Amino acid sequence: MATVELRFSAQPEHVRTARLVAAAVARRAGVDEAVLDEVRLAVGEACSRAVGLHRTNNIAAPVRVALTEEEKSFSIEVGDEVPVLDSSAPGARSASAAVPGAVDLDADGEDDMGLAVISGLVDDLRVTGGPGGGVILMSWPTTSAVVMP
Amino acid sequence: MDLSLSTRNVTGPAGDRTVVEVGGEIDVYTAPKLREQLVELVNDGSYHLVVDMEGVDFLDSTGLGVLVGGLKRVRAHEGSLRLVCNQERILKIFRITGLTKVFPIHTTVDEAVAATD
Repeated sequence: MATVELRFSAQPEHVRTARLVAAAVARRAGVDEAVLDEVRLAVGEACSRAVGLHRTNNIAAPVRVALTEEEKSFSIEVGDEVPVLDSSAPGARSASAAVPGAVDLDADGEDDMGLAVISGLVDDLRVTGGPGGGVILMSWPTTSAVVMP
Repeated sequence: MDLSLSTRNVTGPAGDRTVVEVGGEIDVYTAPKLREQLVELVNDGSYHLVVDMEGVDFLDSTGLGVLVGGLKRVRAHEGSLRLVCNQERILKIFRITGLTKVFPIHTTVDEAVAATD
């Protein structure tokens, strides 16, 4: 079970709230202070992307954020409810922006840039998707021996 | 913290420059305001822009997209868009995305205003 769960309507103004909550819970969980900026940025990118996907697809459901404190790590799961149509393609909505067949719903390419930033920031990253929607799962160590990239 | 924007015109050794001072957070919510400001400046004939980001607390990819859009617009008029930034956490985002090769990044507004291509 998540330590803290957040559900917010897919409005850009709520992304900041998600960032603040994620950073606060990460700090409490013992994520290194030096990494908190990365946590804040990564969760903001993932939420911005989910908000964009919901709005583009006229989905009224909220964006889900689960913040989970584990024994030696802290994880953040950001879920959207936009079905990943071609779930058989391993690259569909993966962290690689250049994968053919990736869902590209943002004509400005900001969706791709968001994923590029997340994949540059987070070592432990999984992007999955299915008929129920997509999930970005990121985690960070909570020990003090965090190695900065 | 919301986004704050202010502009001023400066005449430097390289000619007239418009300095856009940005403060606060540039994210998916506030970036459209910055986009509007940059579009308005270019539409009004300001093609050499210096975006001072020293007061920026947070920048995400939406903000990067707006800056890239601004660069595209000024380049269409043979203009320039220079950034002023010394904050490591902001610079890191430019490095991750490879945009340090796209934007000239200066340490002071004076340096950016004086710079020529």
